[in-house]
Amino acid sequence: MLSLTILVPAILNGLLTGAVYGLVALGLTLIYGVLHIINFAHGALLTAAMFAAFFAHRLLGLDPYLAAVVLTPMFFVLGYCLQRFVIGPAAHGEDRNVLLVTLGLAVVIENMLLYAFGADTRTINLDYAFRIVDLGIAFLALPRVVGFGVVLAVTLLLWLVLSLTDTGKAIRAVAKEKLGAQLSGIDVAHIYAVTFALGTACLAVAACLLVPTYYVNPHIGNAFVLVAFTIVVLGGMGSVTGALVAGLFVGVVESLCGFYLGESLGQIGIFVMFILVLLFRPSGLFGERA
Amino acid sequence: MKGASLAHIVLVIAALAAVPLLTASNVVLNFLVVALLIALVGQGWNVLAGYGGQYSFGHAAFFGTGAYVTAILQMRYGVNAWIAFTLGIAGGALVGAAIGALAFRSGLRGSYFALVTLAFAEVLRILASVAPVTGAGVGILIALDLRPQAFQFQGRVPFYWIVLTLVAVSLLIVRLIEQSRFGAWLVAVRENEDAARAVGVNTARVKLAAMTISAAITAAGGGFYAQYFLFIDSGIAYGPWISIAALLAPIIGGIGTAFGPLLGALVVKMLGEIAKLVTGDAPGLDLVVYGGVLILVVAFTPQGIAGLLTSLRLRFARLRSSPPERAHG
Repeated sequence: MLSLTILVPAILNGLLTGAVYGLVALGLTLIYGVLHIINFAHGALLTAAMFAAFFAHRLLGLDPYLAAVVLTPMFFVLGYCLQRFVIGPAAHGEDRNVLLVTLGLAVVIENMLLYAFGADTRTINLDYAFRIVDLGIAFLALPRVVGFGVVLAVTLLLWLVLSLTDTGKAIRAVAKEKLGAQLSGIDVAHIYAVTFALGTACLAVAACLLVPTYYVNPHIGNAFVLVAFTIVVLGGMGSVTGALVAGLFVGVVESLCGFYLGESLGQIGIFVMFILVLLFRPSGLFGERA
Repeated sequence: MKGASLAHIVLVIAALAAVPLLTASNVVLNFLVVALLIALVGQGWNVLAGYGGQYSFGHAAFFGTGAYVTAILQMRYGVNAWIAFTLGIAGGALVGAAIGALAFRSGLRGSYFALVTLAFAEVLRILASVAPVTGAGVGILIALDLRPQAFQFQGRVPFYWIVLTLVAVSLLIVRLIEQSRFGAWLVAVRENEDAARAVGVNTARVKLAAMTISAAITAAGGGFYAQYFLFIDSGIAYGPWISIAALLAPIIGGIGTAFGPLLGALVVKMLGEIAKLVTGDAPGLDLVVYGGVLILVVAFTPQGIAGLLTSLRLRFARLRSSPPERAHG
């Protein structure tokens, strides 16, 4: 049963899924690395982005890949406003409060979607959704291959923004030494909001990559965000490369667990790994001491 | 901070106990039974988070275990309902001790602790949704057997007395904690864990004890839920809704106070009912209100209603005792 003709496609498909996981986790880890908070609203925001991509196609006939161009800046602005005007002021600088406020946001967003659109599961029909790429050893769904490429491009872009632009430098400065950054004239509240916005923008891209092959319902984000938590912890809280590598790894683990244990237990593999990592190596495989 | 006095507890419980004597309305009683149930579950969360500072996002793990143990022992093994209920509490405490031992031994704090509790609750939910013993996706129906020996009653009044008794016991436990050395250690851990350890508090053991008590109280709520509604499934027992209700009630009422969860639970339930009245029974809307209220409370009255009342009373007292010349100036 360990035949390569089954194993190789399973691993490759895992890598493709893992890339999108990585992108979701990238947003989460970026926010953690700079603001030092765990954004419990991340999953709900992903769900919101998936609904936005879904309705952009259903109502405006916008292809999800084109919708990404519109939705990414929109979610950037949304993320900025959330941090600047809701989370920041409401938390009074207390970490425990941030936990509660982002949890409250998650509950509000998720249930507003449930209230507005019901619990129905929706899918988009695209003519290219079932197109196949033949690699000789494996057949891969075209949208997932495209997704993989986009994730790599976005990660590269993000890395360039962080290392080359002034804002990127300010973000890294705040992440390293908040007080020092403040003393040298950096507006910390603004940088916090920009970072949160970048994390939310990642979600918009991820949503547009997911919608062609995935279904949408008000709870869909939770499935991804728990996976994303795992990836973030595994990759080391705050590490961008860690998030991508751990994302690919988790994708493969899920694919293999689903393959050997069955669909519904595939997720158990992730959770068990998550708990084990949290318990025995909370600093992650690539991170510094937490 | 002054704790709850015995007189206050007796007064509050007596006032609540008078309700069934005044009204026989099923609507009122059902409202109060559910509100008291949330108060009980919230008191469990309050012991760990309010007094110990450890924010759990997965109290569903204990609620669900209490509910499932109560139901499974009865339906699969023919155990008497009251014994099953008691064992359900023990089961919840055991799960709490196990998760606590793992989490605290690894030194998980703050967000990490919240994450790991959330993950455990999710693992249990997924397991319960596939394992045959829990009824998998269908859930467990407790067979109708309307006898007191079977923890089932004709009307709602006996259930009301029982949940009120459970709430009263939880209040007494919290009062006991408040007055004990253990309670002082627990608060020390909340305020500054490193400092507490430096002065010789065995912080890991204190947190573990708090988590076990906390889980037992919440599990009692789960077992009661199973007997009251006679049906549970993985989404009810281990679902996020109960984890959120558990933390919402004490935060709204006043975190780290004995009466906070009770006060908060009444408000939470009232808000939910109003939301339903305004818009019809639409799914999700009550939770939207809860989430919104959670954010507003954290933003504007971090100490909850109890904190609000205290600050109002202080302001009032200051007004009365202020020297007369201030009135002129």
